[in-house]
Amino acid sequence: MANLGPAHYSPYPVAYYDDLLTPPKGKALLLTEIVDEEVAMGEIAKMMLTRDNATIFPGPQVLYAWNDEAKKKATLIKEMAEVLNAKMIPMYDYRPKYPKIDAEVEINPNHPNLTIWHNDIKACIFVGVHCHYANVALKMIRSETDCYTAAICGLSGHEDAMATIRDQHAEEMAKFIEIAKEVKKELGK
Amino acid sequence: MSIKNMTEEKNWSGQKLVSTDYMLFEAPREKHFMTGSEVLKEAVKRCTVDASVSYPITPQSEAAHLIGELWAEGYVGVYFRGENEFGVMSEVQGCSMAGARTITTTSGPGTLRAMENFPTWSGTRIPCQLVLMARGINSPLSIQPDNLEVSFLLETGCMIWYAENVQELFDMSIAAFTVAEQPDVHVPIITSVDGFFVSHTREAVMLPPDDIALRPYNPYAAPLPPIDSEMPPGRFLRDPFVMKSNYISYATHASWQWEVRSAVERSKPYARHYLNGLAHTTGDEDAEVAFVACGTAAHQAKEAQRELTKLGVKSKVVKLRTIRPFPHEELLEAVKDVKYIFVPEFNIVGWLEKEVSKSLYGKCDAKIVGRPRVAGGMSMPAEAILQEVFENTGLKKGA
Repeated sequence: MANLGPAHYSPYPVAYYDDLLTPPKGKALLLTEIVDEEVAMGEIAKMMLTRDNATIFPGPQVLYAWNDEAKKKATLIKEMAEVLNAKMIPMYDYRPKYPKIDAEVEINPNHPNLTIWHNDIKACIFVGVHCHYANVALKMIRSETDCYTAAICGLSGHEDAMATIRDQHAEEMAKFIEIAKEVKKELGK
Repeated sequence: MSIKNMTEEKNWSGQKLVSTDYMLFEAPREKHFMTGSEVLKEAVKRCTVDASVSYPITPQSEAAHLIGELWAEGYVGVYFRGENEFGVMSEVQGCSMAGARTITTTSGPGTLRAMENFPTWSGTRIPCQLVLMARGINSPLSIQPDNLEVSFLLETGCMIWYAENVQELFDMSIAAFTVAEQPDVHVPIITSVDGFFVSHTREAVMLPPDDIALRPYNPYAAPLPPIDSEMPPGRFLRDPFVMKSNYISYATHASWQWEVRSAVERSKPYARHYLNGLAHTTGDEDAEVAFVACGTAAHQAKEAQRELTKLGVKSKVVKLRTIRPFPHEELLEAVKDVKYIFVPEFNIVGWLEKEVSKSLYGKCDAKIVGRPRVAGGMSMPAEAILQEVFENTGLKKGA
C-alpha cells in the first residue's frame, strides 16, 4: 500500500493497514523501509530532479514569519526550490475554498489532488504544513494521483508520504540542500 | 499563582519540572495506602495540569472533588463544574484546543450523556485525558461495578487504556498525558478503571515525591494550530468542508477519519515504552489455558490461575493494558500455543471477547470462550472462572 498511487478508491492509511508508523528519531522512512536520513534525502532529491513538474508545497509554518526559525526555513526553502528546479505552490491555510480553489496558485488539504492533476505534478515536497493537514492530504494524493510525495517535517514525520524525514530544522534543511546539490551534479541536471 | 510564575525549572506551584521517564522510572518512591480516587489526585498533582472540568456522578465524584482540592491548593490552573457531562466534555475540548493540558473524569451514564463529544475530541486532535471509572449503564439504574460503557467508546477514535489497580491508575494517568501529547499521536486518551473495585479500594501504592511534576504541554508541537483563528471567531469544529457538499469533500472526510485511526496506531511505540508493554503476561509459558482480560477481571483471572497451578493445570493470564490501540501482535504471541482462551468480563455484552475473537480470527486455533461475564455489581470469584474452565475444556482437577 505504501507505494506510488493511484492506489485505491479510498484514502487508506499505511499505519492502519501496513503497521507502518513514523520513523524513529534520527531515521527516515522510504516507502516501507526505515533508512538513514541522508539516504532518504538523496532519494527525495533524485525524485524531485527526475520526475515531471516537481513542486514544493510550503505550509503556514514557513510561509508566515511567526518566529526566527520560520524565517530561516523560508529562505532555505527558496534555495531548495532553485536547487531542485522545482516550482512552489503554497498551502497558505487550511480553509475549504468555495466554490473552488485556484489550482494554479494554491494547494489545499481539502482538495490536494485537484492541484496535482491540474499542474500534472509527478513529485512534491510537503514542508511547513501542520502534520494533521499534511496527513489528510497525503493519503488523498496517494489514493487519487501518481505523484511521488515527500514530507520534510519539523516534528515526527509522515508515514503516508513515500519518503519522510523528521525533526527537520534549519540545520537539517541546509544539509538536505547540500545533498540535493550533489545528486543534481551526479544526474547532470 | 498563575502560569506567569512558570520557569524553565519549576511550574507555577513551585514543583521541579522533570521528564516522564524520570517521574515513572527513576524517581525514588515511597509506599502509601490509597484509594483509586486519592491516587488520581496524586497523579494529577504531578502533571502540571492546566485545566480540569468536573461534574458529579458516582463513582468518580470523589476523584473530581479531589482534583478540585488540587486547584484550591494551587496545583491545577483552572477548575470548574460544567452544566452536565455534555457541557463538561465540550468545555474540556475548548480548554484543550486553547493549548491547556486538560483532564476530566466521568462514569457510566455520564459517559453516554457526553457521547457526541468523544469522536469530536479525536477528530479535533486534542490530547486531553478522561479518567473513566466504569459503572455500567441504565436501565435499570446501576451504580455498581460494570464496564458496559467502554463498549460504546471503542470506535470514538480515542485511545483507551485500562488499569488493573490503584498503582496502575497512578502510573497510567501520568503516562497518558505524555503519549497523548506526542505530535504524531495527539488524540484524546481514556484511562479506564473499574469503578469501586479501584476507585474506592484502598491499596498499597508506591509514589514518587510530590515536589516534582511533568513539564508543561507544548501546544506548538502539535499536528494542528491550537485554535484555528484564521476564521474568526475561532473555528471550534474543524469540519465545515464536510457540512457543505463541496467537491471532493467526502474523500477529505474519509482521509480525516483514517488519520485519526492512524494517530491511535502511532501511539503504540510510546505506550510500549511508558507502560512496559501493551499487554502483560503472567503464569506458565507452556500453558494450555489462557485468560485474556483487562482491569480487575485480570486480577481475578490471576487468582484463578494460581488455583489452577495448585490443581496441576498450566495456565497464563494475558492482561491487556491498551484496548485502543488494540495489542494484536502481543496477544497473538501470548496465546499462539494455548488450546483454550477465556475472556472474563464485568459486562454482559462481552465487548472484550469480541475484540479478542476479531483479533485472532484465522490466526489462532484456540477455542475462545467469552465467560464468565458478570455485571450490575456482581463480583467475579475465582471459583466462577474455574467452573468455566472445567466445563469448557474437559480438563480435570489434578490433570
